[in-house]
Amino acid sequence: MNNEQLTLLQRIIKGKWIGKGFLALLALAVIWWVGGKALQSPPLFFQQIINGIQLGFVYALIALGYTMVYGIVRLINFAHGDVFMFGAFVSFFSVSQFQLHLWPIKALPSLPPALGIVIGTLSVILLSMVSCAILAMTIERIAYKPLRDAPRISALITAIGVSFFLEYFGALPFVFTPNFITYKRPFDIVTWYIQGGIHRLEAGAEAPPGSVIFSNVLIIIIVVSILLLVGLNYIVRQTKIGKAMRATAYDKPTSRLMGINVDGVISTTFAIGASLAGAAGVLYATAYPQVVFWMGIIPGLKAFVAAVLGGIGSIPGAFVGALIMGQAEVLSAGYISTPMRDAVAFTILILVLLIRPTGIFGEPEREKA
Amino acid sequence: MLLEVKDLNVYYGAIHALQGISFYLNEGEIVTLIGANGAGKSTTLNTISGILRPRSGQVFFEGKDITFTPAEEIVRLGVCQSPEGRKIFATLTVMENLEMGAYTQNNKEEIQKNLERVFRSFPRLKERQNQLGGTLSGGEQQMLAIGRALMSRPRLLLLDEPSMGLSPILVEEIFNIIQEINAQGTSILLVEQNAQMALSVAHRGYVLETGKIVLEGDSNDLLHNPMVAKAYLGAH
Ligand SMILES: Nc1ncnc2c1ncn2[C@@H]1O[C@H](COP(=O)(O)OP(=O)(O)OP(=O)(O)O)[C@@H](O)[C@H]1O
Ligand SMILES: [Mg+2]
Repeated sequence: MNNEQLTLLQRIIKGKWIGKGFLALLALAVIWWVGGKALQSPPLFFQQIINGIQLGFVYALIALGYTMVYGIVRLINFAHGDVFMFGAFVSFFSVSQFQLHLWPIKALPSLPPALGIVIGTLSVILLSMVSCAILAMTIERIAYKPLRDAPRISALITAIGVSFFLEYFGALPFVFTPNFITYKRPFDIVTWYIQGGIHRLEAGAEAPPGSVIFSNVLIIIIVVSILLLVGLNYIVRQTKIGKAMRATAYDKPTSRLMGINVDGVISTTFAIGASLAGAAGVLYATAYPQVVFWMGIIPGLKAFVAAVLGGIGSIPGAFVGALIMGQAEVLSAGYISTPMRDAVAFTILILVLLIRPTGIFGEPEREKA
Repeated sequence: MLLEVKDLNVYYGAIHALQGISFYLNEGEIVTLIGANGAGKSTTLNTISGILRPRSGQVFFEGKDITFTPAEEIVRLGVCQSPEGRKIFATLTVMENLEMGAYTQNNKEEIQKNLERVFRSFPRLKERQNQLGGTLSGGEQQMLAIGRALMSRPRLLLLDEPSMGLSPILVEEIFNIIQEINAQGTSILLVEQNAQMALSVAHRGYVLETGKIVLEGDSNDLLHNPMVAKAYLGAH
């Protein structure tokens, strides 16, 4: 392509210094704007940051599944958001119908109640994780594996088809129904406010003006997410299967020559990504206590943007991208208007694709045999 | 016979890459497969390794038909390949690359012993064990590729062009190590374009030309065969 044929935008992006200058200006504008808001009302600002962290961690758990699956089979698994939805529903049923969260208290009455609640909640999360892993392995086996050697676009279209299937199967009246359902948390919510120290906020009471509030939901999200991230990092860095995942992501034929069961490794990758999405589903539902069959679409897309922003295929990238997305969304919802949060999320996607398609941590695509 | 290949026909779509080749390898031997670019050498090794499937013909390892055995099972049976172009996992450390070679092995002590054996053959890998595979020099990558294959404790080692892109001194060094590995009891099927070098270490050899075996015999005989000399040894 010669210079005459480039559009103005392409020329701006091609001229690297213009692109960089544009980025720097954009960054300055964002800092100036956010900084201004922060100075205007620090408590409000901190409140937004806390909300953004909560959201960002949930996105991180979802984004990891996108990025891991992409890393190993080069597929944007559009059904991933629906696996997240499935995880939320599994926990809904296990709590509302089967009282799974109460088993420690029933089985071991001598246990301190607080510990019982913690173990019960973790059991609920674990059940969702396992269910999602099984679902994803089934999807992979039935829908994606037969297309392993087909052009990438076939698998991509299939992923969209699987996504629709999960959503509309879920919408059936005897499955999840098409309605919003109120989610019952496996624990009671406790809220604190910060104003010259941390104080417990009694149920129904108003927090004093100028204070920052947070709840045990935030703590659970952060603690569970960090535990899962540390666990994931351990698996990927230290274990045999984790190393095989990295080898397979890098070069499948050579992995097979070394005796690595590549299909098994791919299946495990789907399972791990889905279990993280399952945990995210439970955490998301405890934070925003409603479930509905399409609830995975928007968080799924946002997490996808986070993965692209971080550099798809990169695990640290997915984490960093998700934290940025969480903040961007909450700040734009809080300071501009609520609908703006989706616009901002997708604006970020477009900007990343235009300016740095490989994302923050991404490397340029290496063609593989 | 450790390995027997019978009337193998392999296609890439319409391309008939292997046109009915047969050969064998006895326990303890180094057998070399020489031939020009595109003769079908790598295709042969990949068919033995189970990552390519023949349209007809058979591969036997220790008398067992492994023609359609899954690739990972073939490694477990004792056949491992060091592929053309080394194919190091660049994003894994040297140590992790070696561990991937030992993927089919479960006995920790055996793996450790084997690792020490590989480090004895390639001391440079030990020094660089925590470095990323992609940062090694070409020669070191070749050592890693061979070491990685050895980590599976193969009875039969398949080597695809170990001399590719290496300086003459390094080629000499690598071929010495290949002979040592063989002396310690591993049979070797060696694919090479460097016919001189390959025939000097091998017991027997086969000459492959556009998917067919056109000559076979003891290495010494092949070295002195006028046709081989003309086509592959650069003699006039
Ligand atoms: N993936 C492929 N698709 C189509 N044709 C292929 C493929 N791989 C190899 N071929 C063809 O099959 C024939 C044999 O190739 P092969 O790689 O086995 O040759 P080789 O003897 O290993 O050559 P070299 O010394 O260059 O490595 C060649 O004609 C090649 O073009
Ligand atoms: Mg070759």
